[in-house]
Amino acid sequence: MSKARASLSRTALVHAALIAYTLVAVFPVFLTIINSFKNRNAIFRNPMQLPTPSTFDLVGYQTVLGQGDFAVYFQNSLIVTVVSIALVLLFGAMAAFALSEYRFRGNTLMGLYLALGIMIPIRLGTVAILQGMVATGLVNTLTALILVYTAQGLPLAVFILSEFMRTVSDDLKNAGRIDGLSEYAIFFRLVLPLVRPAMATVAVFTMIPIWNDLWFPLILAPSEATKTVTLGSQIFIGQFVTNWNAVLAALSLAILPVLVLYLAFSRQLIRGITSGAVK
Amino acid sequence: MGSLQLKSVRKSFGPVDVLKGIDLDVKDGEFVIFVGPSGCGKSTLLRIIAGLEDATSGNILIDGAEVSAVPPAKRGIAMVFQSYALYPHLSVKDNMGLGLKQAGTPKAQIEERTKKASAMLSLEKYLDRRPAELSGGQRQRVAIGRAIVREPKLFLFDEPLSNLDAALRVNTRLEIARLHRELKATMIYVTHDQVEAMTLADKIVVLDGGVIQQVGSPMELYNRPANLFVAGFIGSPAMNFIDAARLGRSDAATIGIRPEHMSLSREAGEWRGTIVHVEHLGADTIVYLDSEKTGLLTARLFGEHHYEADEIVYATPNSGQLHRFNANGEAIL
Ligand SMILES: Nc1ncnc2c1ncn2[C@@H]1O[C@H](COP(=O)(O)OP(=O)(O)OP(=O)(O)O)[C@@H](O)[C@H]1O
Ligand SMILES: [Mg+2]
Repeated sequence: MSKARASLSRTALVHAALIAYTLVAVFPVFLTIINSFKNRNAIFRNPMQLPTPSTFDLVGYQTVLGQGDFAVYFQNSLIVTVVSIALVLLFGAMAAFALSEYRFRGNTLMGLYLALGIMIPIRLGTVAILQGMVATGLVNTLTALILVYTAQGLPLAVFILSEFMRTVSDDLKNAGRIDGLSEYAIFFRLVLPLVRPAMATVAVFTMIPIWNDLWFPLILAPSEATKTVTLGSQIFIGQFVTNWNAVLAALSLAILPVLVLYLAFSRQLIRGITSGAVK
Repeated sequence: MGSLQLKSVRKSFGPVDVLKGIDLDVKDGEFVIFVGPSGCGKSTLLRIIAGLEDATSGNILIDGAEVSAVPPAKRGIAMVFQSYALYPHLSVKDNMGLGLKQAGTPKAQIEERTKKASAMLSLEKYLDRRPAELSGGQRQRVAIGRAIVREPKLFLFDEPLSNLDAALRVNTRLEIARLHRELKATMIYVTHDQVEAMTLADKIVVLDGGVIQQVGSPMELYNRPANLFVAGFIGSPAMNFIDAARLGRSDAATIGIRPEHMSLSREAGEWRGTIVHVEHLGADTIVYLDSEKTGLLTARLFGEHHYEADEIVYATPNSGQLHRFNANGEAIL
């Protein structure tokens, strides 16, 4: 904000609101992390207290990492998330380019059809998806998860990206055509770099639900070799006893990769979210 | 090398007919300007010539060869866009060289042509900069340079100067005129600025409502407009139109007289009127007057004249410089 337009009370108000929101958003994460470093009694007796020398305990992490398979779960989650994001971005951007760039019969209808997934949750089709996966022998493979997550992420990706691609200047694309660039070169070399902020936005919005999903891993790929972190953590939650140390440690660990991916995208993301608003 | 023929080119967007049969002959080395009001289809016609848009029907011949099925890059054309349309992630040099690189031109030759073009446009200092690091005028020169290095048969310009400020516009206009002399290439240029049209063109094509209203040299259009539209469009301030019946004439429906073809006097003259407003431009004085006989008239006097609003004056048209139009708006010659 420029100095001329900033008044102290307004700035203070804005910051108070933002700080309040930050506290609300960060508090559960903070609670999870501090409690993951405490022993079981301390977790229940003083959940709000920071770990002290007497309550500090790494037993949760020892359990989780000693479990052996946890590295595999992590790997599975990462593979599924990264490959799905890549596919969503690639196909989403291609569909968005076609919808925004070419005039063809049924263009609007096709756009609406592709956006339908935003309104209808993919979980409604779980039974049919499971039947399909059984029929194609994809149950208990990461491929099954990747396919489902790609389908799940595409509607929003197409919707957001096609809006952004409409803003790329026609003259630029036409200049590329006159210079002899193929439609693919125009897409990859002229348009994609210009919508990079939007791509980062889509990547983040796609990533979080995939990483956190419990439903599809449980139904489509519950085998030991294909478990994701979220599903893997469930072994510590029993019907009668729950190993809270281990659950909290597993959750804290699960935040890490998301955080890394998020930081990778965030510089672009912030530009992406605000680029429409402040021009 | 560089002629263009359009044969009954039509273009419709769905139910809207934008171009309704355009026939045009452009000879090698000519500088042709399309003018017309906003939305009359100038850009569309240019894009059809470039191959960026398909004509609904009709033929386009470049150097006598039908090009309707030829992609833009192979038509031997180069285009300069109103918004510059430089590649934001490439340096000035790569912006200019990309087209040649795509066509598989040897590196040494690209280098040489880029150098020549940048010398012509005094861009040598900026070759390694990105477009974002250039001013508007420099960007437009890069866009022109990108067209020059392709050594096209046909240059297409779509309002290349409309994003520049007035002083820069004059400079760049002179530069384009010089390029046309040096390159001796055929140029087709779209504008709605009639000063650009009058100063640059060998031949002006006036478009309105999707049809060509008149084709001719700037002076032909000025001296012998074919119809009311061209008469009103070419020349600034615009021609005065007077209902012939009010003047008691029966040999025309409308009489036209250009503001600069009238004289004013305080003593006597043909049309008596009251001055509404006076504009002093230094070289010219523009006088707006209201006359009972003719309605509102504009007169352009050369040099400084001391008229004031509410004065009574007499306007007299120069004989022989009246234009007559029939009821359909066509000129009576
Ligand atoms: N893709 C399109 N779909 C539908 N109509 C279009 C399309 N492109 C142009 N038009 C219409 O065609 C007409 C001519 O457009 P064009 O851009 O050629 O005008 P122009 O003469 O270049 O105007 P200006 O001087 O404002 O640039 C306009 O009425 C416009 O609405
Ligand atoms: Mg235009």
